[in-house]
Parts: sequence; C-alpha cells; structure tokens
Amino acid sequence: MSVMRTTSKVLAAGVLTAALAACSQTDTSMQSGVSEADVAGGPVVMRRITEGQYERIVAQVFGNTIELGGRFEPDVRAGGLLEVGAGRVSVTPSGFEQYDLMARNIASQVLEEKNRRILLPCTPAAADAPDDACASEFLAKVGRLLYRRPLTQNELAIQVNKAAEATGALGDFYDGLELSLASMMVSPPFLFRQEIMEPDPDRRGQMRLDAYSKASRLSFFLWDAAPDPLLLQAAENGELHTKAGVQRQVDRMLASPRLKDGVRAFFADMLEFDTFETLSKDTTLYPKFTFRVVEDASEQTLRTIVNHLLTEDGDYRELFTTQRTYLTPLLGSLYRVPVATPDGWAEYHFNADDGHAGILTHLSFVALHSHPGRTSPTLRGKALREILLCQKVPDPPGNVDFNIVQDTANPNFKTARQRLDAHATEPMCVGCHKITDPLGLALENFNTIGGYRNTENGADIDTSGELDGVKFGDASGLGQAVHDNPAATSCLVNRIYAYGVGREATKSESEWLKDQVSARFQADGFKLPRLMRDIATSETFYRVLPPDSEGQMAFASGNAPMQVVEK
Amino acid sequence: MSAVNMLANRRRVLRGMMGGTAISVGLPFLNCFLNENGTALAATNQKMPTCFGTWFWGCGLNPGRWEPNTLGPDYDLPPEVVSLEPIKSKVNILSGFKVFTDGKAQQPHHTGNLGLLTGHVSKNAGQDVSPSVDNIIADVIGNGTRFKSIEVTSTGNARHTQSYRGGSVVNPAEVSPAALYTRIFGDEFQDPNAAEFTPDPKVMARRSVLSGVNEQRRDFERHLGAEDKERLDEYFTSLRQFEQQLDFQLQKPPPAEACVIPENPGETPYSLDIEEATANHKLFAELLAYALACNQTRVFNVVFTDEQSTVRRPGTTTTHHILTHEEAVDEDTGYQPMATWFSYRIVEQFSHMAQVLDGIREGDGTLLDRTLVFGLSETGFAKVHSLENIPMFTAGSGNGAVRTGLHVSAKGDPGSRVGLTMQQAMGVPVTTWGTDSLQTSKAITEILV
Repeated sequence: MSVMRTTSKVLAAGVLTAALAACSQTDTSMQSGVSEADVAGGPVVMRRITEGQYERIVAQVFGNTIELGGRFEPDVRAGGLLEVGAGRVSVTPSGFEQYDLMARNIASQVLEEKNRRILLPCTPAAADAPDDACASEFLAKVGRLLYRRPLTQNELAIQVNKAAEATGALGDFYDGLELSLASMMVSPPFLFRQEIMEPDPDRRGQMRLDAYSKASRLSFFLWDAAPDPLLLQAAENGELHTKAGVQRQVDRMLASPRLKDGVRAFFADMLEFDTFETLSKDTTLYPKFTFRVVEDASEQTLRTIVNHLLTEDGDYRELFTTQRTYLTPLLGSLYRVPVATPDGWAEYHFNADDGHAGILTHLSFVALHSHPGRTSPTLRGKALREILLCQKVPDPPGNVDFNIVQDTANPNFKTARQRLDAHATEPMCVGCHKITDPLGLALENFNTIGGYRNTENGADIDTSGELDGVKFGDASGLGQAVHDNPAATSCLVNRIYAYGVGREATKSESEWLKDQVSARFQADGFKLPRLMRDIATSETFYRVLPPDSEGQMAFASGNAPMQVVEK
Repeated sequence: MSAVNMLANRRRVLRGMMGGTAISVGLPFLNCFLNENGTALAATNQKMPTCFGTWFWGCGLNPGRWEPNTLGPDYDLPPEVVSLEPIKSKVNILSGFKVFTDGKAQQPHHTGNLGLLTGHVSKNAGQDVSPSVDNIIADVIGNGTRFKSIEVTSTGNARHTQSYRGGSVVNPAEVSPAALYTRIFGDEFQDPNAAEFTPDPKVMARRSVLSGVNEQRRDFERHLGAEDKERLDEYFTSLRQFEQQLDFQLQKPPPAEACVIPENPGETPYSLDIEEATANHKLFAELLAYALACNQTRVFNVVFTDEQSTVRRPGTTTTHHILTHEEAVDEDTGYQPMATWFSYRIVEQFSHMAQVLDGIREGDGTLLDRTLVFGLSETGFAKVHSLENIPMFTAGSGNGAVRTGLHVSAKGDPGSRVGLTMQQAMGVPVTTWGTDSLQTSKAITEILV
C-alpha cells in the first residue's frame, strides 16, 4: 500500500499539469470573411440508418400498420450526435441477426394477402410459379424507395433471379418474393446511407453529390426520412442540380407537416434523449418515476420546442427562458402543479415565482443529468456546456482523490454546494469544477427527478451562480444567461450542420458557418426554419471531397477543451 | 431454478421442435464433433470441444482483501473472495498484474479493461481499439457452432459490453434473458438429441437468397472511401457469419449428452439495481451454460457490472462507483463498508457462474472442465482509479489446457500476460501480444499446461 500511495502522488502531479494544459487551450482559429466560394466541402460519410429512420422508412414505403418485431443495435454518439456516430458504426453479427429477423417480419406482412392487393402493383400469372415481370415491377418500385435511388440493372436482375429461385424451391410466388424483399432490407444500400459523388460540372476538378444522394441528404436533414416520390422525381429530372430546383424542393419540404418529424429527431439527438432509455432512478426513493414519466418527459420538451420554433416561429434563444410548456397530469404531479386535462397534453404556463423557466428546468434536463438518487450540479453543468454550448469539459484526472468530499453524511455539509465547495479547495479539482458547478448549482432547486425543493437536508439552497462572467441568482437567471450567450446559437448552427452532413464541420466549413450562416441566423432573429433553409439551399451543404483526399483530415476543433475562465 | 433442478428436468419434452416430415438428409453432417460411429464424444474418451468466456465487473476489489497470502495450490481465501470456496479447486487467482498507459491519458474505468482484454491502450476513447481476446479466440474455436459468440450484460444496457471487434466496433450485449432464450432456444433451435432431422426448405431458400447480397458486393462498394469500405467489410463479415448460422440449421446437429432446453425465463425487469442485475445474471448463467452444452456457441462474454460499476442497492442514492470514490474508509476495518458490500456480491456471482457450468455433467467431467472463464475487472483500487494489481480470476481448465486451484502473484507484470495465456491455452497461434509496455511473450507458465 505505501508503495502505491507514493506512485499516486507522482501521477497526480503529472495529471494535474496535463489537465490544466487541456483547460487552458485556446481556440486560435478566428478569421473573418469566408465566402461560400472558398469552402471546399467535406468527405462523404456512409451512415447506418438510425432506429427512428428505419421505422419511418418502413412506414413510408409500406404503411404504418407494419410491425417491426426486432431490436436495433445501439447507436453510437460522436461529436455530440448519434447522426455523426452513425458514420462510424457498422453491422455486427448479432445486429445482422436482428436486421434479418425484422426484414423477414416486415416482408411477410407486406405480402400478406390483405396487403399485397395494395402494395403489389401486379398479379402473377400463377401463384405457385415464378413471374419475373411481376417480381421485377414490384422489386424495382419498392427498391427505389428503400434504397433511395433506382436499383442498378445488376442489382435488380439478381433480386428478381433470387425471387424466382426461392419461388421454385417453396412453390409459392409470394413466398419467393417475400424472401427477395427481405434480403433487400438487410442489404447495404438500405441499411446504410451511401452517398455517391460525381464530378461537378460547374467547378472543374471538384466533386459534388449525385442527385439522389442530394435528395437523401436533404430529406433526412429536414424530415429524418427517406425522400418522398416528389423529391426522387426532382432527383431524376435534374431539378436538384439547379439552385432554383433545390430552393423549390426545400421550400416545399419546410412547408410540410413532416418538418416536425425532422426537428424533433434533431433535438432528440442533440439533447441526448436516447439516454432516457437506460435512465434509472431509484424507485424506492422515487416511486413516481416510472417508464411513463420518462416518455412524457422527453415529449414535454419536444412539444415545447416544436411549438416555439415551428408553430410560433420563435427565437431559438427563448427556449432557455420560456415559461410556456406542455404537461400531462403525470408530469404535473412531479412538478407539483395542477394540470386540468384528465389525460393527454395541456398547454401550461409556469409562474414567474415557481422557479421553472426554459428547457433547462424541464425534467428532461435536470433528471437526465443527475445521479439515480441525487442531483449533480457537476453533471448538469457539464451537460449544459457540452450539449448546448458545444464546449468540451475535460474529464476528471484518472487518479483524483475524493477524500475531501467522501464524507457525504457529514452534518456540516448539507447541500451539494457545501460538499462541492469542500471539494473545490483541492487545486487539482478546482480548475474544471469552476467550469461546470456554477451553472449546475443554479438548478439545485430541482431534485433528481425534477421536483421542486427549497431546502436540502433542512438547509436552504443557494442557487446563485455564474456563466462566463454573468452572475445570476437562480434557474431563470441561468436561462437568461444562456439566452444571452453567443455560444448557444453558434452551437446550434454547428450541431445542425454536423447533423446534416454526418460529421463535424471541416475547418473551412466552420469558418463559413461562423462568418456567414451564424450572421444570417442572427439577422433573421434566430429562427430555426430559416437556418435550416439557409443550410439546405447552400451549395456548401452538397459539396464533397473525393474519398481519401488530403483535405478531409482538416477538421476544425469545434470541440476544443474548455478554457478555465478566471474572473 | 438452480442448475441442479434443470438437470433433473433435462428430458423435458420438446414441443413443436419436430414439425414436418422426417426426410433423409442430403447435406454433409458436421462431423467434427462426432467419432466414426456418430456418437457423441462425451460417450467416448475423445475430447469434447473447448469453450471460452470472459466475465467482467467494474471497480475492482479492495487491495489487501482479495489476494491470497500463499502462492500456488491450496491458497487461502481472503474476505472478499470467500465465496469462491465451493469451486476453489477449479479457480485460479491472479494478482499483482498491472496495465501501463505509456504516457497516454488514462480514461478512468476504461483503460484498465482495454489493456487487459486487447493488450493495447488507445489514445482516444472509442477509437483505435484492438480486438479483445474473446474475438481472437472465437476466430479459432468459434466457427463450428451456430453462434460465434454470445454477449450478455446484467445491467440492462446493450452498450455495456466488453467484446471489442477492433476499430470502434463492439459486439452489443443482450440485456434480456427472455430475448436471449428466444434467440438460442426459440423456433430456430434444433435439438441435438432429436431422433429425426428435417432441414427446413425455407431456411434453404433464405440461405440462397442471401447469397444474392454477396453477389452485389461490388455494386455496394462503389464510391466508398477507405474507412467506409472497412466498415462495409465488417458488414460482410457479419453477413458471412449469419450465413454460417443458417448452414448449421441445415445440418443434423451432433448429439450433445448434456443438452437440455432450459425453461423460458420470461420477461424480467432489468436496470442498474443490483438485485435485478443479480437475478438476471443467474438466468444468463443458466442460458449460457445450456447454450454451450447444446453446442450453440463456444464463446461467451458476461458483463456483470459495467466499467464504472454504476449498480446500486435499492433504496440508496449512491452507486457502487460513487461509493468507491466518496465513501469514508472505516478507521477500524480499513475499508469502505458500503462499497465493499458490492465486492462480495460480485465475487459471489462469478463463483455462481463457475458453479453453474460445473453443475452440468458430461461423461466423466463437467462443462466447466472443458471451458476456460477469464474473470477480470478494470481497476485495482477503484478509489484512485489505480491500474495496479487489477483482480483477475480464471475458472475451468479449458479441456486440460490450464492448471487450476492456484494463486499466481506477479510483481507489477503487464496484465496482458494473462490475455496471452488465455489465447495460447485456447490454441491461438500467438507468441507475442500487446503494444508498448503491454507487449509480452511471457505466458503464465505456472498455469499453462
């Protein structure tokens, strides 16, 4: 043991230096005046379709009565987004098993007698023999929607041939077709978004996405779904290679009710609502925290966002201050406010004096970023920095010694603030806790499941705090400080762009986002649909670098570690 | 249900397994597990197939409270490992091994397990990860069964896996015993002891149609960059493995003396509640044991608690992980009592897993005798994320490949020596393994036969 202690001390000194170095790294990439013509574009990334996209495509192509009957491989988050992580994953053997199971389930429902009349465009000459013409018609039609592009001749020929073989073996046309369809649904062009590039006729020596890849990028960006027939048609007839054509399609898509799906998917991804799935609260201590609460909590925030940003065309920053939200009676019981509707959702305005303001005070934030049995100002502050301001908080040093705060039962340390203050006297901890805790402590009125409280262990809770030099007294002050912080809006711009292209912005893209897109976002009053239109109609959004070219490694350090702010 | 009860029920009638008319089988038998007369190997003196598993938990054990005082055989059992008593003669305890970071920043609760399981500490989380020993071993011993490997976690989160395929790809873990049951023993299971065998024409047709995906490989690979192409290669490896799975369904399975279809455990709640995790672990242990006994797989991975060991006791506010960092050390006993409570529960479950395997008799031996289980954590003293003296165990002799009942103590040797030993014991032709200071060619000769 004595040997080990000595080693720990030596290591401690080394890690401290490293942590401080990480904390003081500054972003020196400040430049001005990047015009769109200067932006080189970035690499294409093959993305595995997410669970939500898979479900939506199936509903789009075959109707929403189809049951999937399987489970998905976990998606992976990178650069703050599952949509970026989707560009780093593949399909594992057990994942393939599940895709196969779902594909067969779906195909069998599609070719059930009651459905085939609607979904099959032809009737085979005989029900017990191959009919290549009919199989080809069906597989080409459905395949174009599933693959988001027409099948190549070779692809279609193989699928038709396999359907015929299976029909021969099983003695049933529909069974054969079913297996061929199922095999398409485990094929790479369905499971992955494979973007295809071609030489750009307008920019000699440069590459662009082909029309179908443009259609997919656009439609997953705005709708979180595969292109609809109109968009595929626009790809087919060349419309998407003209500026006016892209604008026409983007405006049509922004006006569609499906924009809501896209906006919900983006925010569910950015706010990490997928982690609700494995969120566990102690049910002995918090019997009200059930599966239903988890569902309602993310829905509350998504409804608030959609209403504010789309229905009201509101200012993005006001999400951090708005007192308007939507509640179910169940959520009302957790927030301890009355909800009139016996079931379903009701609009609700929090009062100025009940402490709730903005999405940071929603259960979906304070409960998601807590420990199972108690709050964590550090986790909440870290989440705010990383998720909403796009700032990377350094990890704690490996050999941190928690002796200072270990005594949670100490009667002198009743509140989280007192415990953290004790912790923060340790120089190796103070640097990074300064980045997180003053934000999280402002949310201490909300317990680990989001319920409101004024005291902890009988002691009054002090909710004062500070964000980058702006001091505030409580959660609504924190919301206002985030509202006023330019990092909140630049973070959104960067995240939504990364979400669209499936990777973090390259250096030249980042500069364009900062100089051009963010400036227009501000001038437009921080309206999300205008930001989405700006990106979706830009040329940058569709510019690509050839595979493995030099430029693709030049990613901007959008997630540079936080600087310790000394005030 | 205990393993013993399951054995008593082993002749349970298999309903619905034998649909269709028996026909003669046109496909070659999988003859690698059969002797010339086609009888099961257990009935003869030939070796049964070897199996391998990893069993992982987070947050280590308390230094000084688990390492036996004596070396070699007949070791004593310090307080945190007393539950190994019933199975001690088949268990090795390995102490004093460490993971070196070679100046790379430690990723707390991750660097240790990466070092032990992959022999390589990556610079950034989730990137540049080498394959873990289970995958390397499965490439050698895992190709003769329906599933190349099976991963489970008791924590309810499929991401809690310790099976790394290399790059950023991991094998996700099953979280639900009921789902695992269906996957192994559901409709597609073929009873190795059934008298008749009928290959399912639909499976044959599926197999043939899927080969069409391979035939289009060149179309699918067009326009891809090198990294994406690698990911597509990974996809095609998975497809190939799945095709092999179907191939196994088309061949009459060799008889398996100890194969019993366990009862469907039904849906069980899963979460980070240690009681639920324990209940699910027991179900997983039984399902995995019968998956091995029924020749469904040769390789498995169990995560009992995740890297950070975020399990908690019902009714308490702190997780095992937080307790290891924040709980006061009791001055009288010298350890953290609430955190240590979890140490006991963890070692009990490792012991339980070994005992379940040992409870399945096959010929003169047990299933554990032909299995090698590599138990490990990710940290020595979790309170300070120490990478020294990380607790490791093995259970079973892997068909006589390792000696058991021994305590081996190293003096700060690279922990990759254990992974190298596991690979050599399982027949992987490897002499040197690991990178930087974890590179080693010194297997643990004390246990390697």
